[in-house]
Amino acid sequence: MLKLMDRVDRQYILPDGKLSPEGRQAWGKLPKERKLDFHRWMVQVRTFDRRAVILQRQGRIGTYAPLEGQEAAQVGSALALSQEDWIFPSYREHGVAMIAGMPLSQILLYWMGRVEGNLAPPGVRLLPPYVPIATQMPQAMGAAWASRLKRESAISVAYFGDGATSEGDFHEACNFAGVFRLPVIFFCQNNHYAISVPFTRQSAVPTVAERAAAYNIRGIRVDGNDVLAVYTAMEEAVTCARDGKGATLIEAVTYRKGSHTTADDAARYREPAEVGEWVRNRDPIPRLEKLLQAEGLLTEAEIREWEEHCAERVEQAVKEAESSPAPPADHLFAHVYETPPPELRRQQAELLREGKRDG
Amino acid sequence: MAEKTLIQGINDGLRTALGQDAEVVVLGEDVGKNGGVFRATEGLWEEFGDERVIDTPLAEAGIVGAAVGMAVNGLRPVAEIQFMGFIYPAFEQIVTHVARLRTRTQGQYPASLVIRAPYGGGIRAPELHSDSTESFFVHTPGLKVVVPSTPSDAKGLLLAAIRDPDPVIYLEPMKIYRSFREEVPEGWHEVPIGKARKVRAGDDVTLIAWGAMVPVAQRAAHSCAERGISCEVLDLRSLYPLDEEAVIASVKKTGRAVIIHEAPKTAGLGAELAARIHELAFLWMEAPVERVTGYDVPVPMFALEDDFRPGPGRIEAAVQKVIHF
Repeated sequence: MLKLMDRVDRQYILPDGKLSPEGRQAWGKLPKERKLDFHRWMVQVRTFDRRAVILQRQGRIGTYAPLEGQEAAQVGSALALSQEDWIFPSYREHGVAMIAGMPLSQILLYWMGRVEGNLAPPGVRLLPPYVPIATQMPQAMGAAWASRLKRESAISVAYFGDGATSEGDFHEACNFAGVFRLPVIFFCQNNHYAISVPFTRQSAVPTVAERAAAYNIRGIRVDGNDVLAVYTAMEEAVTCARDGKGATLIEAVTYRKGSHTTADDAARYREPAEVGEWVRNRDPIPRLEKLLQAEGLLTEAEIREWEEHCAERVEQAVKEAESSPAPPADHLFAHVYETPPPELRRQQAELLREGKRDG
Repeated sequence: MAEKTLIQGINDGLRTALGQDAEVVVLGEDVGKNGGVFRATEGLWEEFGDERVIDTPLAEAGIVGAAVGMAVNGLRPVAEIQFMGFIYPAFEQIVTHVARLRTRTQGQYPASLVIRAPYGGGIRAPELHSDSTESFFVHTPGLKVVVPSTPSDAKGLLLAAIRDPDPVIYLEPMKIYRSFREEVPEGWHEVPIGKARKVRAGDDVTLIAWGAMVPVAQRAAHSCAERGISCEVLDLRSLYPLDEEAVIASVKKTGRAVIIHEAPKTAGLGAELAARIHELAFLWMEAPVERVTGYDVPVPMFALEDDFRPGPGRIEAAVQKVIHF
């Protein structure tokens, strides 16, 4: 599996923080602020993620899907989008959600089991987390189709994991996208495991990206722990989609450092050596920090300062989420239909009459 | 007003919607050049073009999933599934997204779309084409389910479904697609969702049916009348929400009810109706509610179809049973 990881189309920031020749070109074109954005967001995302795992252990949120290790894939891809674009996430895209404009407190509220946590602020075209696997893909394709039919320049992105590529919805979405040349990006974070099942048991072809050929869409396999390479690949895919050149399937090769969710124990199915290699040598954040420091764009003190700032923001979000008043029990009935049918109104009245919770 | 068959009523409804509402798109397998396997979309592709009437790959989850995305992004898609027996690949999209998107997004993305599917038996279709699993959808909160039984209702319910802010499963009784004609109003014509139709007034027993079972119930009512039994026939039209008021008012008047559906008996919609009548009109009832339904077996190949589907004889027997309880 480690050897497989090394066969990517693009790797710009090497694990030691040095730039590859192509990377130097891409890096040179970026303004300083964007380079720092990569770092700021990755640290913010990681800080949030680590805190969320602790909150789950403390019983303050429910089961949570950690993303540590996948920050570059999420931050690099999301920063290449614009506000008009549609995002159809899986359940692990908290980093993407933050960049799209979802308040941290909302993300926490979702993991507290509150449906209001799905509510994106006005103008944020982010759908709620998709829990069933791959079902967001045909929908992203459909949203892209609608943009095209309405002659709008927005594109759509579906985020999913390697396990999703085994589902029929993956095939159907890619096939439609290819047939109709739709402005959609299928962004796979290949984090190597669908809960416990390794990618080799998911797919007989060794990579996700090569499947793009079967649909006559572009396929790019990128080092998903390299924020610059991800960002560049995504920018290209976005440009293609906006220019009417159709869909792209991006495979960002990454690794989830932890378990599938806080209810899972990854030690049961992963070798410590493999985990160690990814955690010690392939982490997306230190390699960018080394590069930024070597380029004189960031100091050790600034890193610590930013980490503290992120921790404060997360604490503020925790406070906001935890102080959000509990919804009344009859919120159950809110938004099932635009106007509740009589039977539903009767059930709602019944619940209110009974007055208190029966659990 | 022109006289049309039920399928022509659907075609008229789709043409009206496409003509009057630029956000409406029709998508599905064979809906374009071929005009649909039952000709529901005949002529629409020629009239409205490839971007409004879209032939898709053969992929039910893809069709419904695309429709959800289109609805999220401001269109009003009408997705066709060729037969209800083939809706199951899209079942996940329907149950996990179409039905729940409004709730999950707290009203932000209501997934206002229509899924059309021919259903039921009686046309000697091949194996697996004749399912009548409307209960799956009635049982799924967030969906509305309608079934027309007349050409005028076919158009009116379809246009109401397209305008409805909630997702609507629109089931088409294949058996009566072309069995009779009636006048269908021109232009935009809506039949409100959630309202039953009184097909025939009567005093002794209420027959409740929908779709292709309505004319069968009418035939049974006619025979019963010859024997001096007066049947009231209700066409439910809307399976969810139910017109509970019409059902209860009728059974309170007659004191007896027979429910007729093609779907298997166990957990069919008849069970829900019987329970509802029991809850709300128990003291008015002269006899337990009878159900005349398909059997709890897979819908058979057509050699045994007539033994599976309720006919007037079984309905008359049930009427006798509730009259002589």
